[in-house]
Amino acid sequence: MLKTFKKGGVHPPENKLSAQSTLERLPLPEMVYIPISQHIGSAAEPVVQKGDTVKVGTLIAKQNGLFSANIHSSVSGTVQKIDEIIDSSGFRRKAIIIQVEGDQWEETIDQSNTIVRDIPSDPKEIVQKITSAGIVGLGGATFPTHIKLSIPDGKKAEILIINGVECEPYLTSDHRLMLEKGLEILIGTQILMKALNVHRASIGIENNKKDAIKHLIELSKDFPGINVVALKVKYPQGAEKQLIKAIINREVPSGKLPIDVGAVVQNVGTAFAVYEAVQKNKPLFERVVTITGKNLSKPSNLVVRIGTPIRKLIDFAGGLPDNTAKIINGGPMMGKAVCDIDVPVTKGTSGIVILSEKDAVRLPVQNCIRCAKCVSACPMGLEPYLLMTFGAKQMWSEAETNKVVDCIECGSCSFVCPANRPLLDYIRLGKLTVGKIIRTRKS
Amino acid sequence: MSSIVIFSAITLIIIGVVAAVMLYYAAQKFKVYEDPRIDQVEALLPQANCGGCGYPGCRGFAEALVKADDISNMLCPPGGSDVMKAIAEILGQSVTQTAPMIAVVRCNGTPENRPTTSIYQGASNCTIAHSLYKGESDCAYGCLGLGDCIAACKFDAIFIDQATKLPLVIEDKCVACGACVKACPRGIIEMRKKGPKNRRIYISCVNCDKGAIAKKACNVACIACVKCAKVCPHEAITIQNNLAYIDDNKCKLCRKCVEECPTLAIVELNFPPRKKTPESETTLSEN
Amino acid sequence: MKQKFIVSPSPHEKGHDSVRSIMYGVIFSLIPAFAASIYFFGLDALTVTLTAIFSCLVVEFVIQKFLIKGPLTIFDGSAIITGLLLAFNLPASIPLWMVIAGSIVAIGIGKMSFGGLGNNPFNPALVGRVFMLISFPVAMTTWPANRLTLTDGYTGATPLSIAKEAIKNGEPMNEIINKVGTSLNHFIGNMEGCIGEVSALFILLGGLYMLYRGIITWHIPVSIFLTVFIFSGTMHLIAPDRYLSPEFHLLTGGLFLGAIYMATDMVTSPMSSVGMIIFGVGIGLLTVVIRIWGAYPEGVSFAILIMNAFVPLINRYIKPKRFGEEVNHG
Repeated sequence: MLKTFKKGGVHPPENKLSAQSTLERLPLPEMVYIPISQHIGSAAEPVVQKGDTVKVGTLIAKQNGLFSANIHSSVSGTVQKIDEIIDSSGFRRKAIIIQVEGDQWEETIDQSNTIVRDIPSDPKEIVQKITSAGIVGLGGATFPTHIKLSIPDGKKAEILIINGVECEPYLTSDHRLMLEKGLEILIGTQILMKALNVHRASIGIENNKKDAIKHLIELSKDFPGINVVALKVKYPQGAEKQLIKAIINREVPSGKLPIDVGAVVQNVGTAFAVYEAVQKNKPLFERVVTITGKNLSKPSNLVVRIGTPIRKLIDFAGGLPDNTAKIINGGPMMGKAVCDIDVPVTKGTSGIVILSEKDAVRLPVQNCIRCAKCVSACPMGLEPYLLMTFGAKQMWSEAETNKVVDCIECGSCSFVCPANRPLLDYIRLGKLTVGKIIRTRKS
Repeated sequence: MSSIVIFSAITLIIIGVVAAVMLYYAAQKFKVYEDPRIDQVEALLPQANCGGCGYPGCRGFAEALVKADDISNMLCPPGGSDVMKAIAEILGQSVTQTAPMIAVVRCNGTPENRPTTSIYQGASNCTIAHSLYKGESDCAYGCLGLGDCIAACKFDAIFIDQATKLPLVIEDKCVACGACVKACPRGIIEMRKKGPKNRRIYISCVNCDKGAIAKKACNVACIACVKCAKVCPHEAITIQNNLAYIDDNKCKLCRKCVEECPTLAIVELNFPPRKKTPESETTLSEN
Repeated sequence: MKQKFIVSPSPHEKGHDSVRSIMYGVIFSLIPAFAASIYFFGLDALTVTLTAIFSCLVVEFVIQKFLIKGPLTIFDGSAIITGLLLAFNLPASIPLWMVIAGSIVAIGIGKMSFGGLGNNPFNPALVGRVFMLISFPVAMTTWPANRLTLTDGYTGATPLSIAKEAIKNGEPMNEIINKVGTSLNHFIGNMEGCIGEVSALFILLGGLYMLYRGIITWHIPVSIFLTVFIFSGTMHLIAPDRYLSPEFHLLTGGLFLGAIYMATDMVTSPMSSVGMIIFGVGIGLLTVVIRIWGAYPEGVSFAILIMNAFVPLINRYIKPKRFGEEVNHG
């Protein structure tokens, strides 16, 4: 009997087209465009200017306050300018634009492939290394990792949960990382356990990645305290709250954080980045990105330098198919559709999905037939049909009472609605507005 | 007539009289004293309950007016100066004359001027589209055309013009209540003076990108070339964040800036056509 | 020319359910019962059903095209279902002009006057049926011969009405049981009744198909059946000579049709599982009360309509359990 979360969930077709594609390095682009805000929190402050020479791993933007992250150059070359570029939502944001010359790395980085087993014994040293390496949550949320590792007074971490679920259709970057860098991930998990002072860690993996489960179970025999949990395939198993419920059967209450039930959740990609940062002195400047789509000739899992335009990944995978209608940054359930293929890969880019017109188009909206499929599908136990009505009619106090802020924006409701109603569109509007109202009320 | 009918009629009459007496005494006992002037003031108000005064409905505004020591800062936009003067007379106060205002949509990004670069397929709501991305063109500040302003207007004074896909304000119906200004997520609509003979001049653009980028996205964008500010004899034009702005307190409607603007971003409304040069033409005309 | 991509908020994937697939799934599940009804009642069943379906479609078309002047939705399948279920609630011998009148009320008043699909609080087929019952009482309570009962002895009345009349006359229970037939007869369809309600067997088959497709859930039918069984069973245990057995109540009348097709109508039933169970219990209670103590021999239609009126109240106060709700002491 596989563990799972009991409430809600849907089963989108998996389409893991690139599951067998081994990791490849994408060749360096000519220019990189590195945004100074690739994380939740304040944007980093540039510490380079036009004309400066940088190497791979050089600090180019400094953390601005505690709730921020460092940003390092992913290439060696010359800073061409610091200017606004179009980000994935089409708005212009500041970025550092570097002309690529060669591939010279900072001398402090250990570029060898040898696995370093011995981890530091001082938790503070670990957190300091993670902070200066600019590590953020690589599952897509880009939450600065060092903040998650600082447990507030009065709360205690009991278990570290590593998120290897990858419940989004099409995406396989975490899958390949677990298969090819399994040992590094386990060492990274050990490092995080040390930093949090916990003795238990569980790696949650969906049961459609049986090879990864088997591989990590085998490796984890040498790592006391770390076990692997196979989970039932159901979206959104990879959502933080649902993962915690499945693994330790505790529900994070509304408005609270995972640490309030004793859990800290980190993505496998983050665990790998932590290994590289702490054991190899390698800051975060590259990540695995899945480039996939039914009409692409070569769906792949690529190791990509931050700042590479996604056009380069599409070209590597065989070029943009003629019937492309939508390009998604992320997975098809929660990712953002982009209108420009020159937007750069950032720390939060887990995949690029190319959809054809047939798969992309939104059907005409019909009346709600009150079938309650959205209510059955919602993993947070909300009533999406009701929240959409409140959002559309601007009934914000009713939306607040019905806990619209609990929504995790997984998209299960819109996915399942037979009348093609834009449920999540209006629920997000409600979340935004009610959030603003609550913040002004508190101040 | 049978005895049952007579008996029923008498019983019902007695019940009715008793109920009437009870209701009368209840009405007297639980009566709330209200200043009779509140009713008088409320009768003068337009009864639109639009909220433009900042109070909950016309009754709420009437109560606030009667309670206030000084009403010179209070205004009912639909009623305008005439209504405020009449109210001031009842309350024995004075009000300042305010110029009539009207909503102005500061975007001229028609499909001809502003090419479409993507297709939006979300819910038809400007706030939702704006929080998602820049919009169907390359101008991240321009009108999305999905009608939040239309939905907010209680006076049917604004509609989407099918030819330009932009909102159009109906001059006679707009009461300047400000609902559309609040509804627009991009701050495109502004309250400006209606002007003598309904004439006004404004920069029909809110794009804050650098000139080259703005012009590439839209033909009639303001590129902050500063020519208008230099030619204005009344110092009414300021440039800030790559965008020009005309202060309607200083503007004397001389139209010199309209002729100067190289991208035709400045709009003059309700003026007679010029006699001299045929190139200077209005870019937006209202019904 | 740079390519224009589609941009929309997430999610960018869509499930395979659509209004049309749900409606046509229901229609497909009714085919066995429809075929059986033609076998039992002959061509009359066919003409009544086709008239009802056709009238419902025409009424919806006329209202949408000429009165509302809005988009046409007659092909989403909901008008066809209303016509089909209305016909299933009528005796096969009903004059066709009455069927047309009932369809006009069902679609016009029961559905379109509230704003079309999704906005009606009452089950439209039942609105039409109750209108016809009250307007044409004789035609609605005269049943034609069922091919099966013809061999056993045609009586022209349903088991429920036979039993009610007999109990009123004070006949002993064993004679009544002889008159109304066995439970097996009732299950297969060997009894008088409306076109779709006689055979519990075929309704059940259709219901199982809908369960498999995910169109209905078990909550409403099971709670109706259990409530009727327990309530009528209790009465039967208390006084077996005055109250009929629970199997009798389950298998006769329109209970199977009502529980599986009418009460489970998505638009007019509650949105939460607990709400659905309360809804079903209410229908069961009211059905038995009307059958035993009310003036009418059959009470399912009224029971469902009365509970339909409570659905907004149920939806307002019975909310699904939120994630993390019990732990939150705030």
